Amino acid sequence: MRFEGTDTFVATDDLKVAVNAAVALQRPLLIKGEPGTGKTVLAQEIATALGKPLISWHVKSTTKAQQGLYEYDAVSRLRDSQLGDARVHDIANYIIRGKLWDAFDAENAPVLLIDEIDKADIEFPNDLLLELDRMEFFVYETRQTIKAKQRPIIIITSNNEKELPDAFLRRCFFHYIKFPDRETMQRIVDVHYPGISNLLLREALTSFFELREVPGLKKRPSTSEFLDWLKLLLAEEIGPELLRERNTAKLIPPLHGALLKNEQDVHLFERLAFLNRRGTS
Amino acid sequence: MFLAFFLALRAAGVKVSLREFLTLQEAMQAGLADYDVDHFYYLARATWVKDERFLDKFDRVFAESFKGILQPQPVAPDGVPVQEIPEEWLRKLVEKNLTPEEKAEIEAMGGFEKLMETLRQRLAEQKGRHQGGNKWIGTAGTSPFGAYGYNPEGVRIGQESGRNRSAVKVWDQRSFKNLAGDVELGTRNMKVALRRLRRFAREGAADELDLSGTITSTARNAGYLDLKMVPERHNAVKILLLLDIGGSMDDHIALSEQLFTAAGSEFKHLKHLYFHNCPYEMLWKDARMRGQDAVATSDVLNTYDHTWKLVFVGDAAMSPYEIMQPGGGISSWNAESGQTWLTRIIAAYPKAVWLNPVGEQHWNYTQSTRMIRALMEERMYGLTLEGLDAAMRRLMH
Ligand SMILES: Nc1ncnc2c1ncn2[C@@H]1O[C@H](COP(=O)(O)OP(=O)(O)OP(=O)(O)O)[C@@H](O)[C@H]1O
Ligand SMILES: [Mg+2]
Repeated sequence: MRFEGTDTFVATDDLKVAVNAAVALQRPLLIKGEPGTGKTVLAQEIATALGKPLISWHVKSTTKAQQGLYEYDAVSRLRDSQLGDARVHDIANYIIRGKLWDAFDAENAPVLLIDEIDKADIEFPNDLLLELDRMEFFVYETRQTIKAKQRPIIIITSNNEKELPDAFLRRCFFHYIKFPDRETMQRIVDVHYPGISNLLLREALTSFFELREVPGLKKRPSTSEFLDWLKLLLAEEIGPELLRERNTAKLIPPLHGALLKNEQDVHLFERLAFLNRRGTS
Repeated sequence: MFLAFFLALRAAGVKVSLREFLTLQEAMQAGLADYDVDHFYYLARATWVKDERFLDKFDRVFAESFKGILQPQPVAPDGVPVQEIPEEWLRKLVEKNLTPEEKAEIEAMGGFEKLMETLRQRLAEQKGRHQGGNKWIGTAGTSPFGAYGYNPEGVRIGQESGRNRSAVKVWDQRSFKNLAGDVELGTRNMKVALRRLRRFAREGAADELDLSGTITSTARNAGYLDLKMVPERHNAVKILLLLDIGGSMDDHIALSEQLFTAAGSEFKHLKHLYFHNCPYEMLWKDARMRGQDAVATSDVLNTYDHTWKLVFVGDAAMSPYEIMQPGGGISSWNAESGQTWLTRIIAAYPKAVWLNPVGEQHWNYTQSTRMIRALMEERMYGLTLEGLDAAMRRLMH
């Protein structure tokens, strides 16, 4: 069972080594990297490649570790008791399973994605340490122990909003997705738009990497923006000539709205383009 | 043996634990590095580095530790490394670099001898399993580790996996350089710095009533009131910023001022005051330091009590007289020495920190910097992400 990338996902060598280490030694893999560099889709791709189901747990600022195990819906029970519903006598009716429970319970060990773990409280990762280590937890209300039938493959992503606790980090493998270089980006485009013309791609890559280097950008466009932009270029049938023309004049690329999501960045760019036009005319 | 590499990393400030050290052993044993040097590098990186800020340091130490080693080296006919690492030398390194807890952990495993024994055993297993497959590398290279010989377990040299590899080794490309925490603060990493600062601001928050939590737990409690508290969204941290202006470092100081100002909404209060080189009996409310903006330092100490957190920003570079001598100040005559005033200020804010935009490597060469650092009881930090982090941590706890 080895992960080698898929038809829809380009995995660099370092990423493959990290994924395979996490799978073989059954430790979580922590993934970081610029937004839009494939952190979230990676888990899906691993699941596809290894023929396993995917269970995704998207973490928000209000998410608590306990919700991944189970929740006791006390409010419904209180309501049922007031309505005289017979369900009220069995507390198990009010135990809501979390994603970890689902993952532990699956017959075919799934890939469990804990997405954007840094969104939650600082305590969140620490609160999951024991469960992830032992792969079991206890449901107090029903006095059950839930044990993993097979250890799931755990992929955790972070956007670096908070630092993660050392104890947690020591248990993980870590991979930082380096922003794709030109060659890797070309391979990524190939899996998304297999028939794309080489000429167009070359000009587009040049425009894109130049744009990323413009100093002062608030949000540098990433893989996902580049792919969106290409889709637009293809749909509008914009040819490489037009791109090249813009490139040599260092003007704003066509359909730049797909690349620059931030209004300030668009302004910055328009100003640069204006100065440039003045300088050359 | 990875022990030398491990210890070198720790000496360089990358926090690798013994647990992670053993994980790499385990991973190597599981054949995860494929007997390919690049893969070994990737594996070690994924196992030992947990923060992208340390990736560059890792690359540097890797390059240094394996310099002259990851090229084919003469191997004795029986496959035994030409040189063994003298155990005594490793033991010294261990003693110098491990924390007391880790030493205790080694003791619990049966002591240093046992650790070496285990490692040797694993090495032997490895050798048996991949007969003829892997080469043992010994060297008399020039790096501190190479000089003692080295045998990365099972790392095979010259094993290309078919695709083209660039001539430059991966770790020599230093591709994570601008993620390192010790680069100067600038527009690029400003956002990260800001996020950190905000986080520290939030940690200082007090508790307030959690309404929905209270309802839930009251319901759970069959209707009996059960109050729940959560950290107040607005924090209680009050920052007093004392900025040195009028020197060569003005740009950097302005940068740090912007930084704190940008994080300002996260603090309960943020107050800026200015001085030139060293604070004396007067401080200024405005960077132009005009007469009408002057405030008495003693008034400041009375107005802002010890619940304020004091941050100095300055290069701490001046003539020693400006610190030691009454009247040594350059902008006005001071009846008491800078040292007296600094001591007084630090006594009022015992956790005060000093951020210094000058590169840390230069501090020791400037007498006044050494003096101020001593007065600050070593709480001087570089104006880098790491420095800012460390300073804020000191300030808050
Ligand atoms: N290596 C890759 N191979 C193929 N497609 C990729 C690759 N990297 C990124 N993409 C594409 O880029 C898009 C963004 O990926 P994804 O949403 O996983 O990014 P992310 O890192 O999770 O971003 P965020 O930090 O914003 O959550 C996806 O549509 C994905 O198909
Ligand atoms: Mg994502």
